[in-house]
Amino acid sequence: MNDIKITIIDREGVSHEVDAPTDMNMNVMELIRAYELAPEGTIGICGGMAMCASCQCYVLNDVELPEMSDDEEAMLSEAFNVKENSRLGCQIHITPEIEGLLVELAPEN
Amino acid sequence: MIETDILIIGAGPTGLFAVFEAGLLKLKCHLIDGLPQPGGQLTELYPKKPIFDIPGYPSVGAAELIDNLMEQIKQFEPGFTLNEVAETIDKLEDGTFIVTTNKGTKHHAKAVAIAGGLGSFEPRKPVIDNIAFYEDKGVEYFVKNPELFRDKKIVIAGGGDSALDWSIFLADVASSVTLVHRRNEFRGALDSVEKVQELKKQGKVNLITPAEVIEVHGENHVNALTLQIGDEKQQIETDYFIPLFGLTPKLGPIANWGLEIEKNAIKVNNALDYQTNIPGIYAIGDVNIYPGKLKLILCGFHEATLMCQSVYNLINPGKKYVLKYTTVSGIDGFDGTRKEAEKAVVKSID
Repeated sequence: MNDIKITIIDREGVSHEVDAPTDMNMNVMELIRAYELAPEGTIGICGGMAMCASCQCYVLNDVELPEMSDDEEAMLSEAFNVKENSRLGCQIHITPEIEGLLVELAPEN
Repeated sequence: MIETDILIIGAGPTGLFAVFEAGLLKLKCHLIDGLPQPGGQLTELYPKKPIFDIPGYPSVGAAELIDNLMEQIKQFEPGFTLNEVAETIDKLEDGTFIVTTNKGTKHHAKAVAIAGGLGSFEPRKPVIDNIAFYEDKGVEYFVKNPELFRDKKIVIAGGGDSALDWSIFLADVASSVTLVHRRNEFRGALDSVEKVQELKKQGKVNLITPAEVIEVHGENHVNALTLQIGDEKQQIETDYFIPLFGLTPKLGPIANWGLEIEKNAIKVNNALDYQTNIPGIYAIGDVNIYPGKLKLILCGFHEATLMCQSVYNLINPGKKYVLKYTTVSGIDGFDGTRKEAEKAVVKSID
């Protein structure tokens, strides 16, 4: 199985269930860009290096995600609109284990 | 008034390489950038990150690539207007342009190339309701003149290098320095973290972590802040609040220049020369968009090359230019230098 389903709520509050390939070394930020769920220039500004928080999202269900790296944790400590369930989309790699993940994009700052 | 052939807006890798390609065509370049140093996002966002897709470099550090580009273009003597943002553009009757920065510096150019990357970098502002009211009234996003803070009470917020560095520097300038950070750990150079720890021990820096500034108070100038410290709120007096949360790119004033914009980028004619809808204004690198666009540094280099050829034809109508190779024709720098491949001339063979 190469594709899993991930649901992304965009910044307008619209929910999108999308097919996410597990064999392309993609992350959630890249998935959002691929499906154009946020305007270009408003997400993944640093290219996915956990250095800008423009892809911050809130994890809304209990799908188990890998632990945060120090870089991700440090970035979120400086980001705005941070909640307990905040993660950086660029640090969530698309693997079969995250099938059914539900995330909401944090507001653009 | 600064005079140049091509005015390049943005001193990132694409803008810098455009200087080289323009130089081969004997075109002089001047660059404007809102940051205090060349390099764009490479030096601002990820100077120590390796880049793996620059031809000929299996791996090159982002800052190192910029250093190399600066070395490569040195002979073409580019001018720089740094720390200023290109604000307005006026097209004159002869087709040339006057570009004025936010500080009033005027540039006269025969062509303009926008190599603005993601846009101009602006401070990331904390989400505090009335913070805009206090900007320049005690809320400062940059430390432009440290003397402003002499013998004043200041609060710095942030957990990165800027927050640490300015806390250290201003500890000897301000009457009191308070550093507020949302967590106990800092994301900065170890040396800086240790210095702040030392200053805290000496009572020169008041460290409040984990905490967040949530309100700004004052009549016409900041005089206090409310901090959220765990479940508690605490008000502290201060003369200045300096939030240092890094920079975020915005298209900025060029969005108002009458250029066709699509998806936060400038539409160009990619089939020809990356010219915008306004003749004489080009957009190259990450700032442009066209069918099939790829936001890669190497694509920016290619676009810069074609842009320069087009500007040559624009400035020299009807003059024939034949594409030359540096391996054959060498490089004549504007500084009088000449670089060429060594030639072994054999006059006779016995």
